[in-house]
Amino acid sequence: MKPFTYTRAKTPAEAAAAVAGTPGAKFIAGGTNLLDLMKLQIETPTHLVDVQDTGLDKIETSDDGGLRIGALVTNTTAAADPRVRRGYGVLTRAIVAGASGQLRNKATTAGNLLQRTRCPYFYDPNQPCNKRKPGSGCAAIGGYSRGLAVIGSSDACIATYPGDMAVALRVLDAGVETVRGDGTRRTIPIADFHRLPGDKPHIDNVLAPAELITAVTLPKPIGGRHFYQKVRDRASYAFALVSVAAVIRPDGTGRVAFGGVAHKPWRVEAADAALPQGAKAATQLAFAGARPTEDNAFKLPLAERTLASVLAQAKG
Amino acid sequence: MAGTDGSEVSRRGVVLGGVASAAVTALPATEVEAQAARDPRLAPPRMTVAMTVNGTKRQVTVDTRTTLLDTLREHLQLTGSKKGCDHGQCGACTVLVNGIRINSCLSLAVMHEGDNVTTIEGLGQPGKLHPMQTAFVEHDGYQCGYCTPGQICSAVAVLDEVKRGVPSHVTGDLTAKPSATNAELRERMSGNICRCGAYSNILEAMEEVAGGRA
Repeated sequence: MKPFTYTRAKTPAEAAAAVAGTPGAKFIAGGTNLLDLMKLQIETPTHLVDVQDTGLDKIETSDDGGLRIGALVTNTTAAADPRVRRGYGVLTRAIVAGASGQLRNKATTAGNLLQRTRCPYFYDPNQPCNKRKPGSGCAAIGGYSRGLAVIGSSDACIATYPGDMAVALRVLDAGVETVRGDGTRRTIPIADFHRLPGDKPHIDNVLAPAELITAVTLPKPIGGRHFYQKVRDRASYAFALVSVAAVIRPDGTGRVAFGGVAHKPWRVEAADAALPQGAKAATQLAFAGARPTEDNAFKLPLAERTLASVLAQAKG
Repeated sequence: MAGTDGSEVSRRGVVLGGVASAAVTALPATEVEAQAARDPRLAPPRMTVAMTVNGTKRQVTVDTRTTLLDTLREHLQLTGSKKGCDHGQCGACTVLVNGIRINSCLSLAVMHEGDNVTTIEGLGQPGKLHPMQTAFVEHDGYQCGYCTPGQICSAVAVLDEVKRGVPSHVTGDLTAKPSATNAELRERMSGNICRCGAYSNILEAMEEVAGGRA
């Protein structure tokens, strides 16, 4: 790791102002992804602002019947909350499908949204990577791309967003509440939060510099049966090759989002509308315009079959 | 272990002694240390942090980059917690912080001001073992033993997580309380790798402790 100074902030606004006012500064919460990347010198902050004392560790019921999950609520706490388990089963299922028990105990709600890609070329500083070093090229294109994106990719980057939680949040139409260095606040719809790589793959999401996530908001429960089915190389503790987050109503209508396939949780409204026609119809619409590599073309039939499995369970 | 002359000699003590004598003439290991030797103002930032470790209040002054794991091992000489991958993938560094299991390699010491840390040394000692330690011995839940401190800390915390109703990937009904079945324990222990492959015996040890408690 490169040397850094360290301070703790007492409030979210104070934390945002501290990062805004210190060149090279970053927030740290759980640290499970940031410290991993700092050890590899992929992340090299010169100052860390620890946000653990900012009081963002509560889950509150909101006036509209939804939930407001504080940014510092750990993945374990969010997944285990009775209100989440009852009304947002897809979220609990997605969280416990990711990482290990130890990591979920430390990783936070906001940090989970901000985890960086697991593309092997991003992790290897000896390789060109436009996400790690803008303009250096992409070793994944033409390289080992089995786990990488099949849709929404660009000529500069074919990385995937690696998380599970955000795929469930996409199906639930969650919001991401933030505060900026100047104290202003906003709520970003989860659909707009992560961005596609385009020609700026080093920018994962739409947060401004020094903008701090304070909470994730969930609209009131939408009912239906909740599923998160994840296909991976190991039965546990591995990133998704393909995952399906779905909420299916008794009449066969519903919502679906896919993980492990793009630079962001992948949801296409036309595919939602086609769910009653079955997995083939829905995935054809969800993956229209897909650009798989030779190594990862298997993800397209795998996505269809994973969704077919979910729809069969929904009928059962 | 007892030395041949009856004195207490540990492998750790011998290694530390070797390091101390070598350090007298050691050159700066990194560019940062070399800079600091030339100009103390360029030394990496250090901070003092106080935490309770295995029931005892401890205070250390460390480079801000020091992980909780390195603090335990290198500053507090609690070498039970092991460094396997140092990236949160193997679980050998698992300790309990305020009763919750975490990877101590992916946490900075300075983030743990005021925390209550329990390592394998705090769970039990020779002659006064924790029930999980006894069960690991009885069921032969290890071969080389390197992952064992992390396995045991994790196992103790897993049974607590099940008791508190924390769901897992294999929990069927999310509205019901999970129970300590073989499948549940297996899934929950997936963050602790054992290269020797003692998994089935580890699960037997855990099942015995879980059963004894019920």
